[in-house]
Amino acid sequence: MTDLIGSSLPTDNACVIDSAPPTGIRVSLLLFARYAELLGANRLEFDLPTGATVRSIVSLVRTRSGGESLPSVLLVARNMVRVDLDAALCDGDEVALLPPMAGG
Amino acid sequence: MSHLTTDPITLDPLVSRVGGTGYGAVVTFLGTVRDHHEGREVSRLEYSAYGPMAEAEIDRIVEEAEGRWSCHAAVAHRLGVLGIGDVAVAVAVAAPHRAEAYEGCRYIMDELKQRVPIWKREAYTDGTEEWVDPTEGRVLEVGDR
Repeated sequence: MTDLIGSSLPTDNACVIDSAPPTGIRVSLLLFARYAELLGANRLEFDLPTGATVRSIVSLVRTRSGGESLPSVLLVARNMVRVDLDAALCDGDEVALLPPMAGG
Repeated sequence: MSHLTTDPITLDPLVSRVGGTGYGAVVTFLGTVRDHHEGREVSRLEYSAYGPMAEAEIDRIVEEAEGRWSCHAAVAHRLGVLGIGDVAVAVAVAAPHRAEAYEGCRYIMDELKQRVPIWKREAYTDGTEEWVDPTEGRVLEVGDR
């Protein structure tokens, strides 16, 4: 598998403050399948204010070219665990927008 | 144990992994590529995944099944381009008795289809392609209004 993304990410909700830059956090957004085609990218990086949530990053991606075509209801994972839009983000988090799953 | 592979899937290694002298039943399931979907002729399809999350989610599903039915399960899911008739997914479940093995196998497949971040792009004989969306307008769990 050449497209596997790094693992070993923290899954708890507590941010490791020591590693966070004083002015905000940097979060990766992973896009797959149809969403990657819509946005023209598999991965985007966002600099966000401390205290940002999944909702913050979803709002930002909707303003990008192609983002307006994302469905109004989205499945989201933070560090490979499904979360809702109010989940807090920490520096270094990996957020993924998951299109409708179609395995099997 | 990795569940995702770009290589063709065969059942024998999965059955070997789950077998044991305490088990009187092994149920296996193969999901294969169909030549039609909602009235359209399919020529091939391509699976992609959020690899690490898919692996972790399959681990969780297997653990749930093994805890619930005292069974031992193995799963393999193919990624990449598949042709008609190719095996897309295989499940083997061993249990002391057949009822647990059947139930465990059904549970794993049902959950896999709903929870594991794997996506399928179908190509049709008319030259068009489309991402498959099994939810077809059903309301999903996370609201974003």
